[in-house]
Amino acid sequence: MSTDNSSTEKSVWRRAFEWHEARLPLVSFIDNAVGTKYPAPRNLNYFWNFGFLAGFVLVLMIMTGVVLAMNYIPHKDMAFDSVERIMRDVNYGWLIRYMHANGASFFFIVVYIHIFRGLYYGSYKAPREVLWWIGIIIYLVMMATAFMGYVLPWGQMSFWGATVITNLFSAIPLIGEPIVTFLWGGFSVDNPTLNRFFALHYLLPFVIFALVFLHVWALHIPGSNNPLGIEVGPADKIPFHPYYTIKDVFGIGVFLLVYFAVVFWGPNMLGDPLNYVVANPLVTPPHIVPEWYYLPFYAILRAIPDKLLGVIAMFGSILVLFVVPWLDTSRVRSANFRPVYRVFFWLFIINGMVLGWCGSQLPEGLPLIVGRICTLYYFLFFFVLMPVIGWMETPKPLPASIGSPALKAAE
Amino acid sequence: MANTATAHSVASGTADGETRRDFLLHSTVAFGTVGTALAVWPLISSMNPAADTLALSTTEFSLANLQEGQAIIVVWQGKPVFVRYRTPAEIESARNAPMSDLVDPIKDEERVKKDKEKYLILVGVCTHLGCIPLGTKPMDPRGDFGGWLCPCHGSHYDTAGRIRKGPAPKNLAVPPYQYLDDTTVRIG
Repeated sequence: MSTDNSSTEKSVWRRAFEWHEARLPLVSFIDNAVGTKYPAPRNLNYFWNFGFLAGFVLVLMIMTGVVLAMNYIPHKDMAFDSVERIMRDVNYGWLIRYMHANGASFFFIVVYIHIFRGLYYGSYKAPREVLWWIGIIIYLVMMATAFMGYVLPWGQMSFWGATVITNLFSAIPLIGEPIVTFLWGGFSVDNPTLNRFFALHYLLPFVIFALVFLHVWALHIPGSNNPLGIEVGPADKIPFHPYYTIKDVFGIGVFLLVYFAVVFWGPNMLGDPLNYVVANPLVTPPHIVPEWYYLPFYAILRAIPDKLLGVIAMFGSILVLFVVPWLDTSRVRSANFRPVYRVFFWLFIINGMVLGWCGSQLPEGLPLIVGRICTLYYFLFFFVLMPVIGWMETPKPLPASIGSPALKAAE
Repeated sequence: MANTATAHSVASGTADGETRRDFLLHSTVAFGTVGTALAVWPLISSMNPAADTLALSTTEFSLANLQEGQAIIVVWQGKPVFVRYRTPAEIESARNAPMSDLVDPIKDEERVKKDKEKYLILVGVCTHLGCIPLGTKPMDPRGDFGGWLCPCHGSHYDTAGRIRKGPAPKNLAVPPYQYLDDTTVRIG
């Protein structure tokens, strides 16, 4: 019946839809972005799920965050109690807050896998440098957002974390102290600091949302990279919908299983118990640690026994990602075809995890020494190994197309 | 590709034209829709009154100092509650009002407790659009029927708090309340 209709006369719904699309092509826009009109390489593996997942977690964070903000009070005398009220009195407040707090951790897990996928498969290389840059900016804004969000419950770790992180800026020569006073809006972390952190914590996720649009836009100019890292012709592409939408939805299912396992059975596993003690500006806890996702950078900061150089190294460890497209001199994108680089890449991943462990320990003895060695390897990887291996390494032969190895095997 | 095409065309051959793929699609959409609705529910539910808000839902007050002809306002659940010690003339006028004159007909006896007819207890929120009617303070205008007059849109209430004139559709509400002793009342 429907086929008869289309050949002779369009239904009223179809005509209304086309009338609207001619004026605002909203559905076509989505179809071009993540629908049937976006051809994607047919060999994308599950590591390619994490971009979509990151977008999903962003929406989850905004939704839970908005309802939390309806019950949260950004005042130094009321913030802590208002969070406890959310936990005890607000309907499902415990669930929403645990989803938000653990959502931050899972956001970082997803984004770290997303970044390392890009690093492994050479997704930062020409012509995707700007796409890579926008990704790094999103990551930086994410770090700022997460940090300010962690301050809001106004526990001991919130307060002293805020004090330590804002004091990083005091390392800047001459203007350091005035900048810190400006950041605080006072002479210590206090009510004005809490107020502005809340305002910015609410604002920045929407900035991220806008950046994600730029990220996806920049992705669509060259199209997706793929595990082989080769240029892909139309014959090797399949429409994003339904092939990758269904794969992404399946990935979200798996993600939700793991995420809610933590939300329900270990909601405080990734947090610090000290943040359930109300902020006290007169007593610093014996051991200040940031949330796990900052630990490697914290270790780099503490590895260097000079205030200014430590801060420069810490920020530098992230900013170096901006020049990775030029530090990597190899003509081959995917590390699957780079036997030497591949070894050092995985060493770099392990190195990052060891750095994270160092960051969680007191900065003395073994953790400090290990932290220094790992910091050295971190920068060695980017500034020496990446360019040198790119020159010296003989990559394995690349297939001409995604289908060619299979075709060859069939012959 | 060839396999799925074959499977599809074979499945299409069923009598009702439904394929296995249609079944999978429809059940996925159904599960997804129900799942999303369930997931959104806690977010919506969190906007309902919280446990501490519900815990504050009763108010107690004393009538001991209230004199005949006087009225007070008590706060209950963040709303004003009118408590008026009515004069015999006011009770008389409320009881004599013909039912046919009432917009929302109800007897005066049903709006007060037995043997406590002199005390009228009402939620002081106009049933039109939520303003607080005047008539509690001695100098307030009381409208054409000696009860309350809402200043926002001119609703007149009588000495039983019933709507007599103006846009309000219903009488001032009688809150749930009980006498704990002769002069102590608990609302809620």
